Order: sequence, then C-alpha cells, then structure tokens
Amino acid sequence: MEASNNNIENYNSTEKQNDSSYGDEFIKGLWRENPVFVQVIGMCPVLAVSNTAVNALAMGVATAFVLLMSNILVSLLRNFIPKQVRIASYILIIATFVTLTDYAIQAISVDLHKSLGAFISLIVVNCLILSRSEAFASKNTVGKSIVDALGMGAGFILALFSLGAVRELLGSGSFFGFVLFPDAFQEWVIMILPAGGFFTLAAWLLIFNLIKQKRGLV
Amino acid sequence: MNDQATIPTFNSMKMLRAMVGISVICGVLIVSTYEATLPRIEKLRAEALKEAIFEVIPDIAIMKSYSYENGIFTMTESNSDNVIFAGYNEQELLVGLAIPARGQGYAGTISILYGYNPINQEVIGFGVLESKETPGLGDKIEKDQTFLANFSALDVSLDPSEKLLNHPVTTVKSGEKVNAWEIDGITGATISSRAIGVIINESVSSWAPIITENQTLFSNINNIKKSN
Repeated sequence: MEASNNNIENYNSTEKQNDSSYGDEFIKGLWRENPVFVQVIGMCPVLAVSNTAVNALAMGVATAFVLLMSNILVSLLRNFIPKQVRIASYILIIATFVTLTDYAIQAISVDLHKSLGAFISLIVVNCLILSRSEAFASKNTVGKSIVDALGMGAGFILALFSLGAVRELLGSGSFFGFVLFPDAFQEWVIMILPAGGFFTLAAWLLIFNLIKQKRGLV
Repeated sequence: MNDQATIPTFNSMKMLRAMVGISVICGVLIVSTYEATLPRIEKLRAEALKEAIFEVIPDIAIMKSYSYENGIFTMTESNSDNVIFAGYNEQELLVGLAIPARGQGYAGTISILYGYNPINQEVIGFGVLESKETPGLGDKIEKDQTFLANFSALDVSLDPSEKLLNHPVTTVKSGEKVNAWEIDGITGATISSRAIGVIINESVSSWAPIITENQTLFSNINNIKKSN
C-alpha cells in the first residue's frame, strides 16, 4: 500500500493518511474546504441546475449520494486497484452509481427527472467526486471516507441550495414552488437564465470571503 | 527509450483482475436497480401521458390508444410511434383525439400533445410533453394563458377534397390574431411559439385527412374493437 502511494502524485499531503478527527473531516467539507465556495469545483451543475430550490436540492442530494457510495467502494477496493488503472476504475464506479441515481430519480418523479435532464448523467464528470476518490478515499479507511463524503456532500448541497433559493426567489418570485410575492412583483428573468447563476455565485463567493476575512482566515 | 527502463514492469493480470472485478460488481448493481425500478418508472410515465391526454381533450371519461399502420387503425396497449389516443365521454361518444407530435424548437426538440376534434375539425387542447426551451422566455409556451387560449378552438378544417387544410396553421405576432386558424404568438418567445405553429400544422396536415377518412370508426367506442 505504502509503495503504491509513493508512486501516486502528491495531490495534497495533508490528506494523505491523515490523523484528523471525524468531526474535523466533516467540517472541512462543509465549511473550511467547501467544494463550491472555497475550492470552486464542480461548477457545471452548480450553475446549470440551480434555477429553483427543488432542482438545486435534488441535484445536491444526487451528487452527495454518488460521492458517498463511490467513496465507500473506492476505499474498500483501495488495495485491490493497481495505480495504473485507478482513474478508469474510479470512473467506472462513479458511472455506476450515477446510473443507479438516474433510475432512482425517474422512479421518484417524472417531472423532477425532466427538469434535471442531462445533468444527472453529467455527475459522472463532476470533478468533485473524482477528486475525492483520488485524493481521499483511495488513501483512507472506509470510516474516514464516509465522513469525508458526507462533509463534502453536505457542503455541495449547502452551496447549491444557497444558489437555488436566491435564484428562484428573485427569478420566479417563489420558494419551493410557493408564490411569495404579490402579482405586482416583476420577476428578474435573468436570475433563472445562465447569467443569473454567475451573478448569484459571485455574490455568495463575495459573502463567503468577507466572512473568512473578518475571522482572519485569509 | 532509456526512460522505459525506469518504469516498473506492470502486472497485467492484476490490472485485468481489478477491472473485470469492478465491472462485474457494477454490472450487477446496474442490472438489479434497473429491474427493481422499471415497473414503477413505466407506471409513472404512463400516468404522466394519461394525465396529459385528459388535459388536452376536455371532459372525457374513457381513453383508448390506437396505432395506425398500413392504412388501418388497430387498438394497442403499447406507446410506439404512430399511436394516437381517442377520448370518449360517459355516453361512450367521441369527444376528440389526442395526437402526439414533435419538431424543432429554439433549443432542441419540442414534444407536444394536442387535442383534435374531428367533427368540428378544430384543435381543442394543447400541452407540452417535453421541451428544453429557455426558462422564463421560450418555456412560456407551456405556461402563458393567453397563448394556451389559442388552442381552445383553432380552425384546422379540410378543403372539399379532404386532403388539404383550408388554411395552414400560422403563428402571428402577439395580439395580431384575426382568423380562427392563426395562433397568437408570444413576445419574448417568438421562435418557440412559431415552432408550435409549425409542429401543429405539419401534424394536422398529415393526420386530419386520415382521421376524416376513418371518422366513422372513431365515432363509437366499440367500432374499432369490432374491426379487429
């Protein structure tokens, strides 16, 4: 195991065989190294399917599920997968869980599946999941990998939901489909168009960095 | 070439074992999930289609699917191409037919379902089954009440030869509808609303003559059963 690790590029030395506590691992994904607000990875679904709160939440949960399951399997098989075929193996595992999720969403609601559309299949290439498999699950125990996936997944859901809620509120004047504003409210159509995704993301990044600055973390 | 000497020799068997092993696990997972969810997915899809049919033909109680092949209508349970749906009221009399159609929109293919009344030769209802039109603009074709009102009695009458429409269905600029065969377009969804006009025109032009020819078949719920 150690020998094969030495051959793998040093992605992040702090995450290699680390001894941090479980709680710490969870907070790392949710806040300190939030995949969207800090690492700014996995932007495709973040910008594309955050036009309503429901879509954002469903996409977040789907991604978190795939992340959790693939982290578990990659961690279980970490001594079995030779490093030369590791990326191919990870993609195969991730693609499997994405397919399962796709079927599950279809079985839950046709409408939800319709609105998430092609973006469910695109979870396969979400670099958040591959990066957690490569940088964490392949080097840590199953327990740690589960906590890591839960933390990162929760962070991803939080970020997507923050975007989706703001965009739906301003773009459609509603929240989870319930109309909140009087008829006189003119919806900001741009907020549910792709450009609105960038505006909202920028605003959240600004807020996130301001908080970090105030706490002296930057 | 010298670099190759530093690369350790690969254990191909190990790699093969890993890939095949993972593939088998993944295959089993996918197949079992597919088998487990298929009945529910099919049920939900059929329900969604039925709901759409009941929406585009008003006040119906019974629905039947008919497939059209080689000039003959037969009753069917499957949902393939060339299938149309007939809606009957409680007295088992024909109210209208629901016809699926598709065509190019602004962003990809738009699938629609519309209600057709062969007696008055009118389009009596309209719904979008699937579209990728721009949210907030193009997708108004699904929600805009003024636009949907176009399809309560859209004239698609046939000329005396019963082969061609009297007037092709055309989409006009918003607020400029004068004739019963025109569709009032949507400002901000010009291309999408025009696409709907084109899709309906093409579909009606091919279906209306066939349906008119077979009108007696559809008029009573039992006719097609007998012809089988």
